[in-house]
Amino acid sequence: MADFLFEIGLEEVPARMIAAAQAELQKRTAALLEREHLLAAGATAVSYSTPRRLAVLVKGVLEQQPDITEETTGPAVKIAFKDGVPTPAAEAFARKSGVAVSDLRTIETPKGEYLAATSVKKGRSASAVIADELPKELAGIYWAKNMRWIPGSNEKFVRPIVWMVCVLGEAVVPVSFGGKTAGRASFGHRVLSSGEPFEVQLPESYLAQLEGEYVLADVEVRRQKIRKALDHVTRTVAGARWREDEPLVDAVTHLTEWPDVLLGNFEADYLKLPEEVLVTVMRDHQKYFAVEDASGKLAPHFLTVTNIELGEENAPIIRQGNERVLRARFNDAKFFWEFDQRTPLVDRVKLLENVTFQKDLGSYAKKSERVRSLAAKLASVATSRGATLDVAAIDEAATLAKTDLTTELVKEFTELQGAIGGLYAASQGVNATVADAIYDQYLPASAKDEIPRSAEGIVLGLADRVDTITGMFGLGMEPTGSKDPFALRRAANSIVRLLSESSLNLKVSDVLAVGDLKPETAAKLQAFFSERIDFYLREGCDQAYDVVKAAVAAGSDDLRDLVARAEAVTAVRGSEDFLAVSAAFKRMKNILTQAAEKGIAIPSAVDVSVLAEPTEIALAARSAEVATGVEILRAAGDYRTALEAISTLRPQVDAFFEAVMVMAPDEAVRKNRLALLQRITRDFSRIADFSEIVSS
Amino acid sequence: MSSDNVKKSLTFQEILFTLQKFWAEHGCVLQQPYDLEVGAGTMSPDTFLRVLGPKPINIAYAQPSRRPADGRYGENPNRLFRHTQLQVILKPPPERVQELYLESLVAIGIDLAQHDIKFEEDNWEWPVGGAWGVGWQVMLDGQEITQFTYFQQCGGMDLDPISGEITYGLERLAQFVQDLDSVYDIVWSRDAVTGKELTYGDVRLHEEQQFSAYSFDYADVASLWKHLELYEAECLALLERAKILLDEKNEDHQQVLRFPVMGAYELALKCSHTFNLLDARGAISVTERVGVMARIRTLIVGVAKIYAEQGRLTSGTAAATAGAAA
Repeated sequence: MADFLFEIGLEEVPARMIAAAQAELQKRTAALLEREHLLAAGATAVSYSTPRRLAVLVKGVLEQQPDITEETTGPAVKIAFKDGVPTPAAEAFARKSGVAVSDLRTIETPKGEYLAATSVKKGRSASAVIADELPKELAGIYWAKNMRWIPGSNEKFVRPIVWMVCVLGEAVVPVSFGGKTAGRASFGHRVLSSGEPFEVQLPESYLAQLEGEYVLADVEVRRQKIRKALDHVTRTVAGARWREDEPLVDAVTHLTEWPDVLLGNFEADYLKLPEEVLVTVMRDHQKYFAVEDASGKLAPHFLTVTNIELGEENAPIIRQGNERVLRARFNDAKFFWEFDQRTPLVDRVKLLENVTFQKDLGSYAKKSERVRSLAAKLASVATSRGATLDVAAIDEAATLAKTDLTTELVKEFTELQGAIGGLYAASQGVNATVADAIYDQYLPASAKDEIPRSAEGIVLGLADRVDTITGMFGLGMEPTGSKDPFALRRAANSIVRLLSESSLNLKVSDVLAVGDLKPETAAKLQAFFSERIDFYLREGCDQAYDVVKAAVAAGSDDLRDLVARAEAVTAVRGSEDFLAVSAAFKRMKNILTQAAEKGIAIPSAVDVSVLAEPTEIALAARSAEVATGVEILRAAGDYRTALEAISTLRPQVDAFFEAVMVMAPDEAVRKNRLALLQRITRDFSRIADFSEIVSS
Repeated sequence: MSSDNVKKSLTFQEILFTLQKFWAEHGCVLQQPYDLEVGAGTMSPDTFLRVLGPKPINIAYAQPSRRPADGRYGENPNRLFRHTQLQVILKPPPERVQELYLESLVAIGIDLAQHDIKFEEDNWEWPVGGAWGVGWQVMLDGQEITQFTYFQQCGGMDLDPISGEITYGLERLAQFVQDLDSVYDIVWSRDAVTGKELTYGDVRLHEEQQFSAYSFDYADVASLWKHLELYEAECLALLERAKILLDEKNEDHQQVLRFPVMGAYELALKCSHTFNLLDARGAISVTERVGVMARIRTLIVGVAKIYAEQGRLTSGTAAATAGAAA
């Protein structure tokens, strides 16, 4: 048994791709060894990565595959031997099995006597198997974007391969891939190490040897070192905290081999710029962490994660360089902020005529007009259902919403569209409801985002997305497969969330109705939204697949109600009574379906006089009684209590199925029993269709 | 920053000399700047056309690059109408090309142990040229000083061998080396005898002011449109004739070899620059923009295809081998 190490050295891999590739390398290597019977019991695999390397270490690899004994059946004895002499058939079978004819045995089968051979497939050495198979695994690793670099070859990888290390036990496995052959020479940190290759002695010494070359290859160790250093350096400023930003921690972890953290400063005067702009410059453009004071306000400092150890000599130089860059970028932002204000948003409305939204749907000026009209319609529906809305503010916000697309600041910081419009509006004296609605118009952009703060913002956000989706569907440009160039799925996800999580009483049918659609487009959109609603319940609300199906079956127009029903089902689905009743409902549904297939006409009402068996009488009486209670609870929105009430039917349901055969010989009895089941499934499927619930 | 430190750092022109000498010593042909308006060193035929086809080449040149819309009348310390790129093309790139690049930084006095250097993903794309590559922006203490690209496609064609492109932003590099906030304070030259210094502002400020004014205020829009149409028409006409002449059956090899694809390319570059001027002038609406860009793409991608074809047809002739470097 031996340890196995493989390292592939690369020119800097894009930070965003490293984690997945590292995991895939580990998975593929372990799967390869497993498949080839090369893993000892209790073998373990771990993996490492830096921007310049991916590595996997497996402990407990067999040096040799076990021999495999195979039993094979050959031709029938009567064909294989003529007069006791082997025929060519016997000889061919022996040859194929790698044994002499004299070693063949005779076995009894139901079809008669046959020849059989026991052959032994010799196991290969792990080294030979790995050298043959590992390159195929490497070639299979997924990269979001890869490249060619070897002349005359179409081979692709994320970046050129610089070296490979492949050691099993003490020996090198000469794996060849991407124009290189593995040895034991690896490289340390670009600047801090000598720059000369070093030899990996043993797989288990790899990590420690690398650390000696100023490389922390364990990603978690690096991440913790960065977090500690961020804390430590921030403590030099009284009361300050660095702003938590997990994606940024992740990015800098994958950009460094030997990280350290440096605190820099900027002139407090820049704090007059909107915080959103400052943070975007620092985080998105410079990968700096923002620092805030004890009250949570931005402080005039930043933190940069370096890929070099900092000391008294280099720290001031590196600080000064970073401060200069940030100053230049803040200056640019300040220039744009002031320049843009010379043309207020109101005067930019007409400029939108020159900004194309989509070729066939016209300019943003046209879009804004459509959004105004959609927003007014939605507002009027919401108002008719009791909402209090500032309709004039919605109209003004819809008019101004897209004007920030003409500003220099948004051209520079496209990710801040909307927010910048809101900030300009506020600073130009537009009323706060309007400014906030503009600011929040793209929320929620992702699953983590909040929804807009105000009902006016929600109406604007709905109208904008309804315009985009209905416009694109109208042109036949709906998303297909993985292709969704206009991010319509995301827009629909946002609509679903806005409808589910806002206090406005708006339904899916309302947003489709205001779109003024052709019937076939409306049908496509309905199906499109159904998918998005399922997605939201599963991913956004964490509801199980069967619960989603059950709740949706009872209606999916009023999404707030749908969510409440799904949550109620989840709350009770652990109870045994509920599961038993659900299983019974499934049985009832099956019986009813079969009856329908046989063309049996089921009466619409139960005839009490035909009921004969005590259990069916009890079920009919008890279910009618429960139904009345459930209906009251349902109307009041107390779905959980309603479901618990339905669960109390279990004794009567169980007794019924135990004692009674629904498909009784007597037609009147049979039809009446079917009518009873039909009534029960109908009465109790208004919250969810329980027959969809899967008991685990 | 003390004046002693400034004295120690290289001047703008010394940075350029040193880098050129460095790359010459590593096998590069040193070419002079291309004498037409281009937006980037990549558009010079020494990059755009030479990366096509199988013939290896290492070449370096400084390329003044004009971006009319980036002009700021000399009032912005970091944005210029015209900046200077040092362009290095390595076809194919040698082993350990990144280390070689880092050595070039050491050559201009950057002690890597005293700085934080990172290669961050940055892929390059020039849709108008049907060109793209993958690579990095090289970040030095948070400042992007170089764009490093492995070309994958040009003129819509897969490249083989691929070329490595190293583009140094000389102004940014000089600002970094001299530790300055404003591009105009860069010390351009220092008299060896008197020690008198000339700054970037002394040398170029006036030009920035005038060309910003020309691009934003004076350039005649109607004439520019006319120029664009004339250049485009002549380029298209050349491409048409090329399609007839560049044929397997054409036995007049001189005629094939001498066909001026490069002339067509210059006309396409003229179109590109004229487009940029119109854009700076605010004369191109967003709707028109896509259409005009598609027209220029037709020219540039058309030239690349014809140039590659011409190279293929004449690859056997001695004149082509000698002539391509001229």
